[in-house]
Formats: sequence, structure tokens, C-alpha cells
Amino acid sequence: MTVDDHEAFARRWAEAIVGTSYVSMGRRVLAEHLLGLTQRLVDAALAVEFDPSAGRQIGVDMVAAHFTGTETLRGTLALISEQLPGLLGSLPDSADVAKRVAQLAASMAAGYADALRERSLDEQDAVYRAGLRARRQAEQALAASEAKFRAMFTEAAIGIGIGDLEGNITDANPALQKMFGYTLEEFTQLNVSAMVHPDDAPSVWETYAELIRGERDHFHMEKRFYRADGGEIWSHLTVSLVRDENNEPAYQVAMLEDVSERRHLQAKLEHQAYHDPLTSLANRQLVTEHLAQIFAGPGGQRRVGLCFLDLDGFKVVNDSLGHHVGDELLKTVADRLTRCCCAGQLVARMGGDEFVIIMEDTAGEHDVVMLADKVLTAMAEPIRVGTHELTVTASIGVVERPVAETNPERLLQAADITMYRAKADGKARYATFDRNRNDSEVVRFTLSATMLAAVERGEFFVEYQPLFRLRDRCLIGVEALVRWRHPTFGVLGPERFIDLAEQSGSIVQLGRWVLVRACEQARAWVDSFGAAAPFVSVNLAPRQLYEPGLVADVTDILVANRLEPASLQLELTEQALMGDGTGPLTMLRNLHGMGVRIALDDFGTGYWNIPDLRRLPLHELKLAGSFAVGLQSPSGLVDQRIVAALVDLAHALGLTVTAESIETRAQFGRFRAAGCDTGQGSLFAPPCAPEQIDALLRAFHPLCDISTEAR
Amino acid sequence: MEPPSWASDDIDIEHASPARVYDYYLGGSHNFAVDRQMAREAIELWPELPLVMQANRAFLRRSVRYLVNQGITQFLDIGSGIPTEGNVHEVVQAACPECRVVYVDIDPVAVAHSRAILADNPFADIVQADLRDVAGIFDDPRARRLLDLDQPIGVLMVAMLHFVTDQADPAGIVAQYRKMMPSGSYLVVSHATYEGRPDQAGPHMDLYRRAGAPLTMRSRHEIEALLEGFDPVEPGVVFMPLWRPDSPSDVDDHPERFSGYAVVGRRA
Repeated sequence: MTVDDHEAFARRWAEAIVGTSYVSMGRRVLAEHLLGLTQRLVDAALAVEFDPSAGRQIGVDMVAAHFTGTETLRGTLALISEQLPGLLGSLPDSADVAKRVAQLAASMAAGYADALRERSLDEQDAVYRAGLRARRQAEQALAASEAKFRAMFTEAAIGIGIGDLEGNITDANPALQKMFGYTLEEFTQLNVSAMVHPDDAPSVWETYAELIRGERDHFHMEKRFYRADGGEIWSHLTVSLVRDENNEPAYQVAMLEDVSERRHLQAKLEHQAYHDPLTSLANRQLVTEHLAQIFAGPGGQRRVGLCFLDLDGFKVVNDSLGHHVGDELLKTVADRLTRCCCAGQLVARMGGDEFVIIMEDTAGEHDVVMLADKVLTAMAEPIRVGTHELTVTASIGVVERPVAETNPERLLQAADITMYRAKADGKARYATFDRNRNDSEVVRFTLSATMLAAVERGEFFVEYQPLFRLRDRCLIGVEALVRWRHPTFGVLGPERFIDLAEQSGSIVQLGRWVLVRACEQARAWVDSFGAAAPFVSVNLAPRQLYEPGLVADVTDILVANRLEPASLQLELTEQALMGDGTGPLTMLRNLHGMGVRIALDDFGTGYWNIPDLRRLPLHELKLAGSFAVGLQSPSGLVDQRIVAALVDLAHALGLTVTAESIETRAQFGRFRAAGCDTGQGSLFAPPCAPEQIDALLRAFHPLCDISTEAR
Repeated sequence: MEPPSWASDDIDIEHASPARVYDYYLGGSHNFAVDRQMAREAIELWPELPLVMQANRAFLRRSVRYLVNQGITQFLDIGSGIPTEGNVHEVVQAACPECRVVYVDIDPVAVAHSRAILADNPFADIVQADLRDVAGIFDDPRARRLLDLDQPIGVLMVAMLHFVTDQADPAGIVAQYRKMMPSGSYLVVSHATYEGRPDQAGPHMDLYRRAGAPLTMRSRHEIEALLEGFDPVEPGVVFMPLWRPDSPSDVDDHPERFSGYAVVGRRA
């Protein structure tokens, strides 16, 4: 019996049991491990005091090393009974080897079995306890999660409701109960289908059906509901589908946020944005959007009508009786207008005392005229405000057009213009749309509205028409004539826009601009031609004479351009001097006193007669173009006499006389014969650019010999 | 209608769990009747299964020792299962008592049992998580307490990735781990394959699928692809017993019988 024998036994043991149990050892380590056990077996078998229970401990230790397979035990016992006796050889006290080995093996088997049983029971115990612990933890987590959910459900500010797939409501949190005014008990009697609102879009319930069928997992929408007390709530609604573990729809959860207040506020703000706070009528914004809507659709045969109404003399009411009375008056007017209209007609206050009524789908102008008549009748009844009984009339512009032929802006503008015609025709009436007048009015309106900006943009320029001394044909002055190089309408003469400028008041700025421009040009001529430079004659509109700063302005402009007052002539019409008040006359006297030349333009067309001229501060008369026409006729001699008499009288008053519109040599000859001092007209030169005046001055100065062909 | 329950009861001992079935294969009794039932069915189909599992467990032991020898002192064992003979922390801490081991398993019973066993071990703990929840695992306080991500770690996915179907993108999951692993870290993978015993593969996958834990066996090539970004150490992807055996005597004459590939990759 050698150590090698033991190792060989251990190797065979390893062979016998390898793979029958999982032990954490490679085969070499396994063989080493089994060598130790072999040694213990041999020692036990050879012990003087044989104790078979030593085998028992070896069995226990094997199980402890995780030899747990029954095949391990079988292989081990077979090996021991077959080969251990051979390893032991003969025993000292001739003890029974076979008996000892059998006893050891039996003991070892018992130890192995006991230990394995213990181990299995311990492991089962451990895994069951682990299972219990895991379950307890899961239950705690579940309870915690349920408690969290319950707290969230109960405390949530938003309403939460739970329902089954049939729509039966099974739970509702306090917020939802409060929102709807139902108790939980009442909720659980309800079905989702009872939550319908008449204004629900069909898509609401289609979407809901999709959710219930499992075709969508959730949806959001704003939806109205009725409360238990019949009141209405707006809610932001989210409904989610919850599925079971097989992914089948199981139940539904609805979350509702009460957005009623936000909705009301929104509605209020919307109303405010589109309505006039005083009269509660629609405002300009709503009119704009309403018209945009009408015009957005296909035009086709559709027509639209519009009454543009402006109260006559409202300003007087406001100024004399106060805004409070004015406001009350406007409210009454608004009521009456509303009563004149039926559904589908929009009454709006555009601002101030302007109102608009829009009629859709009219059959013709007649429809709108009828409405305008009705309105005028309604307005006829006096309006009582406090102690005042007021009679108010209105002017109405009536426009009725095919939708396809106009647009909102043009429609409103046409109605506005038409309304002004009603005013011009005497107020308290309506006027109907007149296309031709409208078109020219539109042009006038456009010119008027854009004139000041055009001054800024430099669209105006000045031409000069020479004034010749008839005696020696010397160029002694020029008349400044303003022109507008309009981007759309081309070059416009003063006759196209001066009246408009007078009406709008733009004439003050425009007139001043011309004055400055002309004086700058006069300066340029003085610089170039010295004493031979012409004076410039500038037209002054009646309105300008009422500007308190006129004299100071003129002074400033003269000073700025270092001009003698006498190099500037101001032309006025007879009309300008007919106004009330002495302001204009004082103004003229001051200018006259400064030495600025004052000319009376278009003399002979108005009411002034020669003796009246004595009290006016004048230097010159400009004879109206009609005299030139008279002198042209075959019976011109009579006219020539009249002109000669006028000239004589003017000279007697110390005034010079200019003949305008001289177009022919005959006219020229007769005016000169009649004693006129200066002349202007196309025979000499048309209005032209300053450079051309330069050329004329260079060509004829210093000869002052004026050729009749001079252009 | 039954009132809805708001959290799922995740203790399920009505169904077999791979962790407990594996314990049974290894001769353990940390299992329930349902686990044993399934394991017996599997063994009936494939009598050598316990040997395969032993070989897998032996590879785990060898690979962990290898990593310890490479200086790795912290381990993350994904899908650690029921603690049994030759646990990673025992193998590791036998060589290096203060080395850290973080186990991860989804099975609540395995987690509860591990926690009981590790109660007195300050250097080992277990996180209950799904393999796919990479961020959750690394963020778990238990993992953060033990792992220092400035130092290389050993990540073990032993007999794990074949429970991830192709649909769940195993390569993507491994890549997420890779991003978390500092340079010099190792990934240990063993993976069932049909290339060893094609005849057994089909019925076996069937059985696991029926048990609710579908098994996806993969080819060597597919397994190599999972380890993108890792350099396999010698001998590369091999049948399990062939991976650095303790002694030549440990290598079976037919290592392909073990139907599993083993590989250890190093993160560059």
C-alpha cells in the first residue's frame, strides 16, 4: 500500500463521479479533494479501534462540498466496496476487511443521505422564505403604490373618473364630484353616454368609440358637460384606455380639468376685441373680419350690401351738451339701428358717430335702399336724453355690389364716399353708389390721403412760367406753378390737387414747400444774373392767409435766402379776400408793408370792382384768362376798350397790370395797345424747368429783345 | 367589474423561473415544484443538460479567476440567479477579500434569497432589475455604493444573452453596457448555441418558449457580433470547456456536446 496506490484510487474515484454533481472544482482539484477523503477512509478502516461512524462524517462532508447527486453516492459506494479492500491489503488483527469496508460504506451512505436531506430541507426552507420575503416586499410595494394612487386620486385638483368598457362609471374622485355636483353614489348610477352635450361634435363620440374598441389608447379634447344642477362646464378632457395583462381593453380612466373660467374669460376677451364697449355693437375689427369672411368664399352670383351711416351734426351735440349726452344719443341710435335690422345683418359702430350695416346675399340695390329708408324713418323720431329732446338726422351711403367685383376695402371706401355725397346733397338722406363719381372720388381720395407723404417723398416739383414786360419784351418775373409727379397718375397740374389740399388742410404744408422751393430758386437766379434776375410769383391759397405764422414764415424764408422782399410776389384770388374777419387783410398789409409784392389773381371773374381795390394792399392786378379770349374774337375791339379802361383805372390806383393766357400775336398786340404792363402765356413760354428759364435769361439778357417764337 | 389594481403583483411562483430551474440543474433545492417539473422535462429531452450547466458554471469560475488575475477587483454579474456552490463573490473574495461583487437579477425570489445570503457581506449586494435597464442598474444606489466606474470592471453575462430575443436587440444592450465600462474592463459571455447539438436545439427552445422564457440560441458568428467593441482574449469564442481549462483532463472528448460558447472580451 503506497501513496501512489492512494492517488490511483482517488483518480478512479474522480472518474467514477465526475459530472454527477456540480462541485466548484476542476478535475485535478477534485482528485486532490478525493485523495483526502481516500486517506480518511483508509485511516478509518485501519484504525485499531474501528469506528464505522467515521464513514458517516465523510458522507456528510461530501454533501457539504456540494456532492449532491445520487449518482455520486452510487459511484462512490460501488468504488469503495469493489476497490477499497484491495487498497487496504490485510489488517493487523486479522480483522474482517470486507466487513469493515461494508460498515464504513453503509455509515457513509447514511451520513450522505442525512446530510443531503438536511441540505435539501434547508434550501427548500431558504427558497420558501425568500419567496415569502419577495412576496411581502411586492405586497408592500403594491400597498404603497395603491396608497400613493389613492392619495393622488383623492387629493387631485383635477377630476378623475373610472369607467368600464360599457361606460358605467365605477369611481369618481372628490374633485370630479365637486365639479359635477354628483355624489359618488350618483356617479356610479351614471353611464358615460349620459354625458353627451348637444354641442358635441360628432367626432367626440366617434373618438370615444375608437378608444373603447382599443383602436386608440387615449384622446384629449375640450368638451362641455352639464352639471347636476343643469349648469354648464367646459372641461379639458383626457380619456385613457387601460389594458389588461393580455393587452385587451379593460377599463377607461377620464381626467377632467375645469376650464370654464378660462373659457368665459376667453369669450369675454373675444367679445371685447370685437365689440364697441359703449353701444355693444360690433366694432370695426369685426366688420373687417365679417367682410373678409364674406369675400373669402367663391364670388359667383353672390352680392353684398352696405349702409355707411354718419350722424349729421353730432359734434354740435357733443360740444354743446357734453359727452355724456352724446354717449346716450349714440346708444339710442345703436338700439334703433339694431331694431331696423334682422338676423344675418351686422350692425357695427366704426367709431365716433359712424355706423355700418352689412347685408349679405342681397338681391339688388333695392334691398339696401329699403333698409336705408327704414333707418332714416327710425331716426326721425326725436331722441330723449335726460331733459333734452334731440332731433338727429343721418346721412347714409348705400352700396350694393356683386362680391366678385369688389373687395372689403373698396366696398367700405365706396360706402364712405357715397355717404359724403349724401351729406353734400343736403344731409338727412341716403345716396346710392355711382360708379363714375365713385371712381373719380376714389382717385381724389387717394390723392388727398397721400399728398403729405408725397411732399416728403419729393414727388412735387415747381415749374416757372415767364412774365414778360410788354413794352420791351424783357423777362422780369416768373410764376411758380407746382406739379405732382405721381407714381400712378403721372405728372398732375395744380388743378388736380390744390382743391383737395385746401379741403384736407395739406395746402398749408404744400404751400409752404412751394414758397421755400421758389425762393431758393430765386436766390439761384440772383446768384447767376444779379439785378437781371426775375422776381418769383407764388400762389397763396385762401387757407394760408389764416395761418398765423405766415408773415414770420415769409420773413424767415426771405432771410434764409438773402432775398429782397420785392423779389417775391404773392398771388391771391379774389375769393381769398372775401372771407370774414380782418386777419387775412392784416396779414396782407404786413406783407405789403415789408415790400413783398401782392398780386390779385384772376381779376375780373369775381365781385370786386375797381374802386373797392383802393382799400386793398396791392401792387398788381392779373387779368383773368377770359379777357384774352375776348380779345381774340373779331369783335375784339370792344373788349380791347374795356381792358384799356381797366388798365387806366388800375394805373390810376398805382397798380401794374398783367395779362394772362396770351396765346397769339393778336392778343399780344391788343394787350400791349391797351396799356398792359406785363404778359404771360404760351405765346411767350409755357411753364418750364428752371434750367430753361436760365437759358431764356442768358439768350435775351441783356438785349431784352423778346422774339415771339421764344420758347 | 373587478376594481382595477394599480400595481402588478410581480411574485410569480406559478411559473418556472430560469434562475430556479438552473439551480435544480446544478443539484440545488432552491426551487419549487413548477421549476423542477420544467427542469425534468428538459432533462428528459436532453439528458446531458446538467452537464452543460456544470460546464457553464465551471466556465464562470474560471473566467472570474482569470479576471481577478488580470487585476479586476469589481464585478457586475447580470442574471446571477439563485446563489449556489461557487458563487462569484466566493470565488472572487477567496482570492481578494475586498473585491466587490454586484449581482443583478429580475427574479424576486432569487433577489430575496441572495439578499439573505449577502446580508453580512459588505462587499457584495444584489440589485433587482431587468438586464435591459442599463441606466437603472448603474444608477441603483446599491450598485453605486460598490462599483467605482473610474476603474475597470468585470461584467458577467453568463447564460444570459440567450434569454434576449433578437427583437430586443441584444447587441444594442451590450453596447449600452460597453459605454458604461471604463477602458480595461472585461465582458464575460456564455451563450447557448445550436451549433453543438442541432438536433436538440429546436425542442429545447420550444420548451423554454412554452415556459415563458424564450431562448434564442445563436451561432458563433452571431455571438461574435454581440461583442462589438470588445477584443476577445485567447482563445476567443469557443465551446465552454475549451475556454482556458484548469487542466487538459477537464476537456471532454466532445466539447461541442456542451452546446454553449464562451468568450471573454476586453474593452479597449
